[in-house]
Amino acid sequence: MGALTLTAVTKSFGKTDVIKGVDLTVADGEFCVFVGPSGCGKSTLLRMIAGLEDVSDGEVAIDGVRVNETAPAKREIAMVFQSYALYPHLTVRDNMGLALKQAGESRAAIGESVNKAAGMLSLDALLDRRPAELSGGQRQRVAIGRAIVRTPKIFLFDEPLSNLDAALRVATRIEIAKLHRDLKATMIYVTHDQVEAMTLADKIVVLRAGRVEQVGKPMELYNNPANTFVAGFIGSPQMNMLSGAALGIKAHTLGIRPEHLAISRDKGDLAGRVSHVEKLGGETLVYVQVDGQGLLTVRLLGEYDWQVDEPVHLTPDQTRAFLFDADGLRIRG
Amino acid sequence: MQARSSTGRTFAAHAVLITWTLIALFPVFVIVVNSFKSRKAIFADPLSLPLPSNFDMVGYATVMHQGDFFQYFLNSMIVTVGSLFCVLLFGAMAAFALSEYRFKGNTLLGLYLALGIMIPIRLGTVAILQMMVASGLVNTRTALVLVYSAQGLPLAVFILAEFMRTVSDDLKNAGRIDGLSEYTIFFRLVLPLVRPAMATVAVFTMIPIWNDLWFPLILAPGEEVKTITLGSQVFIGQFVTDWNAVLAALSLAILPVLILYLLFSRQLIRGITAGAVK
Ligand SMILES: Nc1ncnc2c1ncn2[C@@H]1O[C@H](COP(=O)(O)OP(=O)(O)OP(=O)(O)O)[C@@H](O)[C@H]1O
Ligand SMILES: [Mg+2]
Repeated sequence: MGALTLTAVTKSFGKTDVIKGVDLTVADGEFCVFVGPSGCGKSTLLRMIAGLEDVSDGEVAIDGVRVNETAPAKREIAMVFQSYALYPHLTVRDNMGLALKQAGESRAAIGESVNKAAGMLSLDALLDRRPAELSGGQRQRVAIGRAIVRTPKIFLFDEPLSNLDAALRVATRIEIAKLHRDLKATMIYVTHDQVEAMTLADKIVVLRAGRVEQVGKPMELYNNPANTFVAGFIGSPQMNMLSGAALGIKAHTLGIRPEHLAISRDKGDLAGRVSHVEKLGGETLVYVQVDGQGLLTVRLLGEYDWQVDEPVHLTPDQTRAFLFDADGLRIRG
Repeated sequence: MQARSSTGRTFAAHAVLITWTLIALFPVFVIVVNSFKSRKAIFADPLSLPLPSNFDMVGYATVMHQGDFFQYFLNSMIVTVGSLFCVLLFGAMAAFALSEYRFKGNTLLGLYLALGIMIPIRLGTVAILQMMVASGLVNTRTALVLVYSAQGLPLAVFILAEFMRTVSDDLKNAGRIDGLSEYTIFFRLVLPLVRPAMATVAVFTMIPIWNDLWFPLILAPGEEVKTITLGSQVFIGQFVTDWNAVLAALSLAILPVLILYLLFSRQLIRGITAGAVK
């Protein structure tokens, strides 16, 4: 209960086309993450699924039923916003129970649902407070609780963690992953944080300028990107893009992940100079300036001592390299 | 060092504020003080406080006996509160529509509604009078409420629309997903968040209405619908002016407007401190 189908969905604000034809299916119970650069239309697409934004053309269907004309409250979805969007004049309990109250549920049923959701998120002690009396992390948990109480077919999240500090972000991320396992509900999650995308998703949808660039499992996108955009977007630090001409190969671009670039003091394919070193404890990132290629990143596991301005040589591991043509599309085979 | 310079700054700020308050309150002070003095004392020494020797309530006595002052008060109250209610309600609703919904001609409609800020409504007095005559509303308080609502709406729509644009979209959308109607979203979510703006609009709308002489004189000069400002005019003659009565009437007229202001200013402070959505 909760499969979503988008068919040739478009959205224009006046003359500007923001979503330019998106086809997508999300299976029941799947965790689907939308990623893409700022302004690519992730939130707009999510709001169209929620019914908060009209669909200019195409069809949105939930469980095979067209919902283009259905009001948000009737779509059996719940949404968690970046800014929490709790009702300031209501207590946590009433915030969480409001949707059920609007739907005409009995007081006892509402109380039971709210208590159950509060238990799942350890909000029991906060039920009688107002949003102004909560910390950022607590507010976001209440917002998630408000979504759970409705037992929706589809959960929609719009960058729910981006207002939280790093530690809370990790904790809440784990909580959301656990919720997904427990509730087995369909979830659609917008983020520009690729760690969130990689760790949470069953399926990642990479968007650029209102178009879907690639859809797939996190590891599929990582190991098998369809074009330079996806290759550069998935994986951190970013994949190095080398110009094929300078390397003397036929392909226009050679993409190589930082961990597959060997660094040596004596010999290698590319000569350069260390421009910066970042020691992160578990790994060391060496940034090397190479003439004709720009700044390349090398990722080494463990601690290493490389000096800034030291001349070095880099060698890409050809078996791990990705080749792209002039249009940025992957050359396979 | 830090503390001293900040006390210095606080002191300077307060000095400026106190000076300004004194200047602003001075005319009010003169009116109130002199309303308790005899006619001779008013002209002999206008700045002195009422002393036992020159204390005189004759002004208040005249005011109470001349015409039905209580009725005038009531009329002013009804007209002001009625107009205020209409301006705030319809102004807020129009502002919400303009700021929240995308429709054809939205900007144009907003500009049209704001036009009234720059065009004085008195230019249309003749037409308004004709309309009131035609609809049989001359000499009614309704006529005044209608005219004042029209006068107050442009500024109200303009200010409130600006404020409503700042209310979080997420909050309204959360309401929509939870099944709240657009009316509930407007009254329960948006209005409480723009309360400071509502209070500002209320104060700016109320004072010109309370003080207006023009429209009561033209549209509602009848004894039973007279406002206090018009009622006080009987004491100002072409040849003789009963200053005791005028000052007493003015002192009394300050009271209700002061009460209304206190009411709204408390709202204003509560609105600011209530804490926005975070
Ligand atoms: N109401 C609107 N009117 C006109 N253009 C809009 C409107 N809402 C969004 N847009 C445009 O649509 C595009 C996509 O916006 P959207 O909010 O979906 O981006 P996003 O991918 O969520 O970005 P971010 O990661 O910054 O949140 C942007 O270029 C934005 O300017
Ligand atoms: Mg967004």
